[in-house]
Amino acid sequence: MTFAGMFSYLVFFLIFVGIYAIMTLALNIQRGFAGLFNIGIAGFWAVGAYTSAIVTKGASPDHLGGFGLPFILGLLAGGIVASILALLVGIPTIRLREDYLGIATIGIAEIIRLVIKNEAWLTNGVRGVSAIPKPLAGIFGSNYNLFFLLIVAAVIAIFYYLSEKGINSPWGRVLRAIREDEEVVKAAGKNVVRYRMEAFILGAFMMGVGGALYAHFTSFISPEAFRPMQATFLVWIMLIIGGSANNFGSLVGAFLTWGIWTGTEFLTGMLPAAYTTQAAAVRVILIGIFLEVILLSRPQGLFGEKKYSSKKTAADN
Amino acid sequence: MVAQLFLNGLILGSIIALGAIGLSLIYGILKFGHFAHGDLMTLGAYFAFLFKVQLGLPFWLVFVLAAAFTAGIAVLLNIILYRHLKDRDSVIVMISSVGAALIIRNFVLLFWGPQNKFYDKAIQMPIIIGDGLLRIKENQIIILVLALSLVIAVHLFLSKTKLGKAMRAMADNIDLAQITGINTEKVIIWTWAMGGVLTAAAGILLAFDTHLTPVMGWNLLLPLFAAVILGGIGSPYGAMFGGLVIGISQEMSTLIISAAYKPAVAFTIMILMLIIRPSGLMGKKV
Repeated sequence: MTFAGMFSYLVFFLIFVGIYAIMTLALNIQRGFAGLFNIGIAGFWAVGAYTSAIVTKGASPDHLGGFGLPFILGLLAGGIVASILALLVGIPTIRLREDYLGIATIGIAEIIRLVIKNEAWLTNGVRGVSAIPKPLAGIFGSNYNLFFLLIVAAVIAIFYYLSEKGINSPWGRVLRAIREDEEVVKAAGKNVVRYRMEAFILGAFMMGVGGALYAHFTSFISPEAFRPMQATFLVWIMLIIGGSANNFGSLVGAFLTWGIWTGTEFLTGMLPAAYTTQAAAVRVILIGIFLEVILLSRPQGLFGEKKYSSKKTAADN
Repeated sequence: MVAQLFLNGLILGSIIALGAIGLSLIYGILKFGHFAHGDLMTLGAYFAFLFKVQLGLPFWLVFVLAAAFTAGIAVLLNIILYRHLKDRDSVIVMISSVGAALIIRNFVLLFWGPQNKFYDKAIQMPIIIGDGLLRIKENQIIILVLALSLVIAVHLFLSKTKLGKAMRAMADNIDLAQITGINTEKVIIWTWAMGGVLTAAAGILLAFDTHLTPVMGWNLLLPLFAAVILGGIGSPYGAMFGGLVIGISQEMSTLIISAAYKPAVAFTIMILMLIIRPSGLMGKKV
């Protein structure tokens, strides 16, 4: 491989790391800070991707379209629709134990997949949505991916900043207190359900934006384009490796996990072409065992939970 | 038409009920949703495929062996994974079971491939009852009889044997059960074994009715959970009833909505139940 080839592969690799890092930061808000169990990440991802694709594309005979909105509005729309979905899932389940939310998120991800597959007027069904516009595509020519990487990095920077800011605020402290002991927070007169719902919606917004970025980068999405459970599972591994409730850990976890996942592709890629199905299965088995080993041997992840404390208590110590 | 859909629902419902009994007991005793339960069902069906089609053993032996192997895997999952995680946050145990689900499904893909498989390729002519009102295949009669016998066996086990009573007591109130001197570790192992046997039976019957695919059990996971929640977590009788309700509603729903959305029916019933009565029909308060 030439140097230029390696560099362009690295950029491509980092864009995927970045999109997964956005998902992991989002899950960290839901799971790390608020203790919420979301295993329907792929559902929010898909909603963000399809929403942004549909609102930014020109008219098409295959599916709903013709709005032609700018890229930035597409990202926002993706986030907003994913948030509305989170609100709808959250209303019946967020006040109950965390496992109910988990089951409900699997359900909603499945229903979204059914809608995307069956409502062809909206999404073009199994044939998918193609030619999703890339922002400023004409200007950067062959360096386009580098420019897209900058967009992804900018989104990560914004989300990272907001997440750190939020978690060090009174709002974030209440969230973590709820995760540790709900009853105490209730006794202090806080509306526990509302705080949890806010964290769920905020995380879903970020997932929607991440999904939108994915759609614009790959330029083609369809219900078969990626395996929902696999994507959801990878994000969970990223979060667990980085350490729950640690934003920096989330970024490192995304990088390491995507590295390992891509690495297994290189390994199984050496097998003859007749074994591609088996190779794909072996990859998932390996990453699954990897997760179980981490859970059993290093449950706090690489970095563990970051100690957050208000400036005042820090000064007192 | 209505009677036919009801019959189809009854068959699907009894399969869901078998899987849901184990899921509900495990949920009640160990306090976590076991997300690998659907894939254990798939594994049971493929074990049966191995013994029946690949090794050519007689049907009753196939059933026993596949159930025993699946029970073994369920116990193994508990020994390797869940037992060590039980003192941790329930989300950790659940995500570990999601991992187990993916590992099992991909082992099935690895060994048996993605194509549909059949226990028997011969086409059965349905028996027509009442001037074409009802069509039922011989296989489906066997499924109903086997499912009913298993449910009766489970009932006798849970109500007459000491072990069965201990299981129900633990699912109901684990602290109280421990005070009465029940060997909880032993009961937990037997609960996994029983869950494995029943879910393997469900998988075999499902494949017997239709065919085998690596995602057959995963696709039933949501109906299984819906049945458990409808009946009340930890209540085996609730799970049987819930399974029948979910199965029948899924099939009958095609009268009103497109068949493509059948899987959404279980989800809708579950959400309605969570809004109206989250403890389920026969469960305790959550």
